[in-house]
Amino acid sequence: MKIAIASGKGGTGKTTVAVNFALAIGNTQLFDCDVEEPNCNLFLGLDLDKQEDVSIAIPEIDSEKCSLCGSCAEFCCYNAIAKLPQRVMIFPKLCHGCGGCQIVCPENAISEIKRPIGIIEKGVHAGSGISFFQGTLGIGEPMATPVIRRLQAHIDEKAVVVVDSPPGTACPVIATVGEMDYCVLVTEPTPFGLNDLVLAVEVVRQLKVPFGVIINRHGSGYNGVEKYCYSENIPILMKIPYDRKIAVLYSQGIPFVQRMPQWKENFRAMYHEICSISSENTLQDSYSGVRN
Amino acid sequence: MVKQLTVISGKGGTGKTTFTSSFAALAENAVIADCDVDAADMHLILQPEIFEIHDFYGLDVATIDKELCTDCGICVSSCRFAAIGSGKVVDVYKCEGCGVCEYVCPANAVSMIAKKAGEYYCSNTRFGPLVHAKLGAGEEASGKLVSDVRRRASELAEQSGKDLIIIDGPPGTGCAVIAAITGADMVLVVTEPTKSGIHDLERVVQVARHFRIPVAVCINKRDINDRLSVSIGEYCKINYIPVIGMLPYDNIVIEAMVEGRSVVEYSGGKFSEGIRSVWGKLENLLVQEKEGLVELL
Ligand code: SF4
Ligand code: SF4
Repeated sequence: MKIAIASGKGGTGKTTVAVNFALAIGNTQLFDCDVEEPNCNLFLGLDLDKQEDVSIAIPEIDSEKCSLCGSCAEFCCYNAIAKLPQRVMIFPKLCHGCGGCQIVCPENAISEIKRPIGIIEKGVHAGSGISFFQGTLGIGEPMATPVIRRLQAHIDEKAVVVVDSPPGTACPVIATVGEMDYCVLVTEPTPFGLNDLVLAVEVVRQLKVPFGVIINRHGSGYNGVEKYCYSENIPILMKIPYDRKIAVLYSQGIPFVQRMPQWKENFRAMYHEICSISSENTLQDSYSGVRN
Repeated sequence: MVKQLTVISGKGGTGKTTFTSSFAALAENAVIADCDVDAADMHLILQPEIFEIHDFYGLDVATIDKELCTDCGICVSSCRFAAIGSGKVVDVYKCEGCGVCEYVCPANAVSMIAKKAGEYYCSNTRFGPLVHAKLGAGEEASGKLVSDVRRRASELAEQSGKDLIIIDGPPGTGCAVIAAITGADMVLVVTEPTKSGIHDLERVVQVARHFRIPVAVCINKRDINDRLSVSIGEYCKINYIPVIGMLPYDNIVIEAMVEGRSVVEYSGGKFSEGIRSVWGKLENLLVQEKEGLVELL
């Protein structure tokens, strides 16, 4: 069972939900796929061991062999190669590592070298039996997707997997959520929250992943999010009230299920609900929330 | 010279748009650019009237003509992104548009087609011109769209004699953020006193430094954790970053949002005063020579 925790934008409490949810179920694999800003371990405080470097293959040009024909620069649609009068120049950060330049070079002047862009680390939370994996993209690195893909290689298909997705609705989210069995969208009860939720729903519907919603910081008096969910037939899995105690625990980096045990039960109940929704779906071969 | 100010937060939910929309209300002569193209929400407060729509094309994607395909499989083994699945169907979410499959295909069965990935708009608002965008769900190339939005905002500023561009930046530290801050005169980071807030602040400051752009910090919801607010202050001091505001948690933010108003329009209370003071300091920092500020880095 692979469950993504996602949201239209950041700051809605996605990481809080992912960490508390994983702790409540126990014996899970928890992945922090928010590789630009991995924050889960701020709440877990684990010692992490490096598993691997993530690199992409970028071209290296042998100037002895290069005839300055310019084919490589012409082929590269990311503008990562420029042909100057005297030499060919590479812009490593623009390169996606497609390997095309090497294929088109008539002189065999291009080889590839690895450029590290991030790392994958792992830690084990002894108390709850959580295996935690995180990817961290190097500062100023533009491409998150390769790091997310490497992280996903550590998914154990037989385990219960909880994934903290990156915020937004762009490429890194697709890379994360597209591989999951279920997606929990965390939102907050404000017009901004609703706006972002609608965008996120568009994405998960396209990906055909069944989904439900958690309303975080519930109790602002604004009920647009609930109305939307009812009218679209989207299950509201849980409402987490705005509670100063939760906010303070969050600011200190303490998962609130550790101090407020009733929430452990709530998250477990949610897990069982998700499992039953998913098995229903397999039976009916349709997706809750994907139906219009 | 048109100055450019980018407001970022490291992460969403810190109140970035609350500040940016109030700055838009306070600025006398600015163009506003909503560069949070992934989850734009400035329009909820600014209620733009669109007068110009542009299509945005991201990278091309590959398509395979089944009639011509001889099933040789060369495209599958050449694609570094595992984007071509069984039955020679290209997964548009995985395709990076590199064109390798098109190049290697011996049967000329692959073609690269342009794909509309979103739109960007120029609008009038009660605070002046706004350039904003909508990226199609799940589309890539948000950095490129951010650049387009900024380019159009610059043109509008030139044409209409505005002297400032206020950019509401995207969250994170990735391609879109880099596109939103490069070439800006100043970056304001709105942060909050939580463990993750500090962590994200540090990362985003590193990115700004990497591109040699002066940074100022504003701490929002300071009373959630006074001790961490002090630590943020210390971190900024050690790193020569001016902290130009510290605001408490205030429900007025949500009330104003529900009304579709910026906070400074909605109420004249303490929180509004705080934002006004931050804005005053920012204006001062912006008139200082950029070169002088960079010296500090
Ligand atoms: S394609 Fe090969 S020979 Fe031509 S410019 Fe590039 S590296 Fe040089
Ligand atoms: S264009 Fe590149 S990424 Fe897209 S399918 Fe072809 S080889 Fe793969």
